[in-house]
Amino acid sequence: MAAPLTLLLVVAVTIRAALFRSSLADLIAERVEVVSPLNAWKRVVEGLALLDLGISPYSGDVFHETPLIIYLFHFLVDYAEITFMIADGITAVALYIAVKEYNKQVFRKQKYALEADRYPLDCLELIRSPKEMYYIPLKVAMFYLLNPFTILSCVAKSTCGLNNAVIALFILCTIKGSALLSAIFLALATYQSVYPLTLFAPALLYLLQRLYIPVNIRRPSFWWYTLQYAFMYLGSLFVIICLSFFLLGTWDFLPSVYGFILSVPDLTPNIGLFWYFFAEMFEHFRLFFLCVFQINVFFYTIPLSIKLKEHPVFLIFMQLAVISIFKSYPTVGDIALYLAFLPVWSHLYRFLRNVFLVSCVLLACSALFPVLWHLWIYAGSANSNFYYAITLLFNVAQILLVSDYFYAYLRREYHLTHGLYLKRKDGSEATLVLK
Amino acid sequence: MKVQGLTIQENNMGLLSDPNRRRALISMLTRLNAPICVVCYMAGVAWFMGLAFEPFTLRTYMSENAMGSTMVEERFPAGERALATGREFAAHKKKVGGMPVDWLVKTMQSQGLEVFTQRFSRTLPFPDENKERYVVEGTNVYGILRAPRAPRTEALVLSAPCSPGNNNNQAVGLLLGLSQYFRNQIYWAKDIIFLVNEHDLIGMQAWLEGYHHTNTTGMDWSPLQGRGGSIQAALSLELSSDVITSLDLVLEGLNGQLPNLDLANLFYAFCQKIGVLCTIQGKLQRDDWDTASGYSHAVQTMMLMVLKQASGRPWGDHGLFLRYHIEAASIKGINSFRQYKTDATTIGRLLEGMFRKLNNLLERLHQSYFFYLMPSLSRFVSIGYYMPAFGLLAVILLLRALDLWVQLSALPSRTEDGIADIEQSGPGVLSVLTPLVISHLTGVALYTLPIRSQEMAVEHFPVFETEAVVLTAIAIYTAGLALPHNTHRLVSGEGTEQGWRVLKLVAVLYLAVLLGCTALINFSLGFILALTLVPLAAFITPHVPKLLSALFMVLLSPGCTLFFSIFFFQELQETPVNLQEGWVLFLSVISQGILDHSLYGSLVYPLVALLVYPCWLLFWNILFWK
Repeated sequence: MAAPLTLLLVVAVTIRAALFRSSLADLIAERVEVVSPLNAWKRVVEGLALLDLGISPYSGDVFHETPLIIYLFHFLVDYAEITFMIADGITAVALYIAVKEYNKQVFRKQKYALEADRYPLDCLELIRSPKEMYYIPLKVAMFYLLNPFTILSCVAKSTCGLNNAVIALFILCTIKGSALLSAIFLALATYQSVYPLTLFAPALLYLLQRLYIPVNIRRPSFWWYTLQYAFMYLGSLFVIICLSFFLLGTWDFLPSVYGFILSVPDLTPNIGLFWYFFAEMFEHFRLFFLCVFQINVFFYTIPLSIKLKEHPVFLIFMQLAVISIFKSYPTVGDIALYLAFLPVWSHLYRFLRNVFLVSCVLLACSALFPVLWHLWIYAGSANSNFYYAITLLFNVAQILLVSDYFYAYLRREYHLTHGLYLKRKDGSEATLVLK
Repeated sequence: MKVQGLTIQENNMGLLSDPNRRRALISMLTRLNAPICVVCYMAGVAWFMGLAFEPFTLRTYMSENAMGSTMVEERFPAGERALATGREFAAHKKKVGGMPVDWLVKTMQSQGLEVFTQRFSRTLPFPDENKERYVVEGTNVYGILRAPRAPRTEALVLSAPCSPGNNNNQAVGLLLGLSQYFRNQIYWAKDIIFLVNEHDLIGMQAWLEGYHHTNTTGMDWSPLQGRGGSIQAALSLELSSDVITSLDLVLEGLNGQLPNLDLANLFYAFCQKIGVLCTIQGKLQRDDWDTASGYSHAVQTMMLMVLKQASGRPWGDHGLFLRYHIEAASIKGINSFRQYKTDATTIGRLLEGMFRKLNNLLERLHQSYFFYLMPSLSRFVSIGYYMPAFGLLAVILLLRALDLWVQLSALPSRTEDGIADIEQSGPGVLSVLTPLVISHLTGVALYTLPIRSQEMAVEHFPVFETEAVVLTAIAIYTAGLALPHNTHRLVSGEGTEQGWRVLKLVAVLYLAVLLGCTALINFSLGFILALTLVPLAAFITPHVPKLLSALFMVLLSPGCTLFFSIFFFQELQETPVNLQEGWVLFLSVISQGILDHSLYGSLVYPLVALLVYPCWLLFWNILFWK
């Protein structure tokens, strides 16, 4: 399987290199859908220039990257294109290995269950065969590397690609069961953009499951392990933040990065839900709605963790999707990361309900973004409402997609315990509804 | 019964989440697919035709407060003198054999304007036979009247082209007359720029690029020495006789962009006030809307607008302003055989009135509509009314896509074999990808080759450059029909029943998105393309009679649509042409389209070559699927 992956990497790098050399690169780097104030390359360059002049890069209101990123590019600025291509490659390979490992575990679990006769007889067609699972890791890598969203994001040199790489490494380490590395990468991802904080829950659940520690609040072993993992996570976060402080010598980056993410002062249009809403709002409601919007991202962790505590990897997927929909400055690169997981759930296909509708809407919206932007900004004949309408539709489609997968996952699990052909009490055929 | 959040259904829920209702809805949509599609198509066309019916349209009204209630008086007295200036200009033009730059500079300076010139040069990619030019060099002259009443942050433009021959001398005369008169008034709050541009749109392009410090088309021009504020509105004047019978308003700009409707309202209001006959698309408005002839008159006017807008060309010198957020229109004086004549003084008063109202603007024109069609000068159809016509056509594509999707998802369940599925999906992707790639490569060839290969064509064939370009384009277009069909067999062997369904699903969705985006930017173009491409996309399968369908497809292809549109346009303009003349016109329209793209950045040619034509080729591919 290494050969197809190598081929895929070569194709992906070729496409990116060709696009870097073409005149499209500048155009893409300006698109609001691809870069946000948080991760635009232009702003990194600005920060570097300030750093070289001996001024704090955060002294203007332009630069919002973390200190580690600026020091990374302080050395790598001439090799930026390669860095971003490598980051994409790392993400793809990490996801590839992680998914391969995960599929192995799924298959093992399924085998035990089959041997223990735990599945009802009519569920045999739901059992996954090794043959269909064989290509899934490659498909995951392909979905990430050849996704136009990833390519655009990489060509625009959006640092979102680096964040994705960190998150992918975190997923890899978690699935491989290395608690320390997992905590370190989670801390790095949190340090980069705050929101991956919510991935703490699925990672913990996964590691607990791996060690056969039951999730039970009355068991001391559960608390002991949770404390251990939390300590590793917070410890590495503390170390990274202190390291940033020693690199720059000031705490400027805290308000400039995390304040910026949480208080959303920059209302440049993007594909998220924040900008229009906060541009239209009366100032004295701002704080209240800011809290509501931000809690929205974090809040879903609790019900989802309870519901999916047996399925932490699916929970990771759900969390990534929720983050990329509800975060304050989303870009298409964030979406690409969770879209890469779709092949992993390809066995849910028969339970999906809206996939045609959703994919049509996502496709149409992706085409309409630049058109409506043109009409609004250049032609002046449309206005921001047109653009926001598409943003809204795009996000509704994403939510539909995610909830559809959620429903399909639960439904498959339900069938695995209750049998595929359900009967009502009176004997007629029954249908399942998510409530 | 509640386990894991899933309950066995006892009561009904919403449409999307209730599986039974969904199934019923989907089965109804697939069962009645063809009749629904036919009904939608007819409803779409009927809706569109209904747009010109007066009770369904809205009366135009002035939305901009600053231009509505304020009273202005028009006192321009010097029409005769303006005409004399025009004659003087004509004499100097004849003497110099082009633009009399020195004379214009001197005249404007003597009026007390700040006068500047701008030189520009441009080599066309191939000779323009309509206007007989290849290497274009010229000079723009403009004078700025500085606003005495305000901080000079905004400006208005009045332009007149310096055309070859005896055209538009009166326009320049009137422009100079107005500039002299305006100079003596004290109420101007915006700079007024009087611009005489040479080589019509090329000069205008150079001036606008110079004014805004952009260079989008690779033209050479000298930088502007003087500027006014940001331009709020512009009027372009074309006038070739001393007296006129009516004034025609031209709105259609580059890529089908239209100025704010308030500009048209302003023109109409002043024509009513001063008593000048005014037309749009050269057609007077009639008040007998309830008769058949009255209705057909309105339809003709609207169709002319639709065709002009769909062409994506600037139909007057104003057309390029729109790209820079500047509301602009051309006013053309027409002298026909009517009894009632209007003299230059009256036209001057009309322009003075319009400028005074524009001068009162407090913000950019934005109150009124930007997306509209006009069945007459006093009636308009806004986007909310005309979009459903397009929507009804686009729905057909979505319905067909849904139908295909249901068919596709029904197919694998019949085999009940997971392994066969996966092995089919490999070549399945390839058999879709190959036609997609090949038809787009043909599109790229159609876009790049005509201009690139003109020298080679001229060497080897006895044709001129222009002909070479146009004929190469047509040749590639026709060759595309022979080339790509059945390409999928190279890679995947036999095409499967499922293969063409997947390809058709992709093609239908592609077309839907493409037409949707086009219709948003340029409704007319999107609608005309939808009118021809949608029926074709809806019915094509490999199982329809080949020859007949192939003929049908060719007749509905984008190239033939253009051909028919030319005849239709000429018919509407009451200058019908025969087949021979039509063909010559067709060739010249293609060359103009390519020129418009390289000179002004019009998007119609790349859109058709790079996107619409490959999409059409995909359907051609499906027809010949084996």
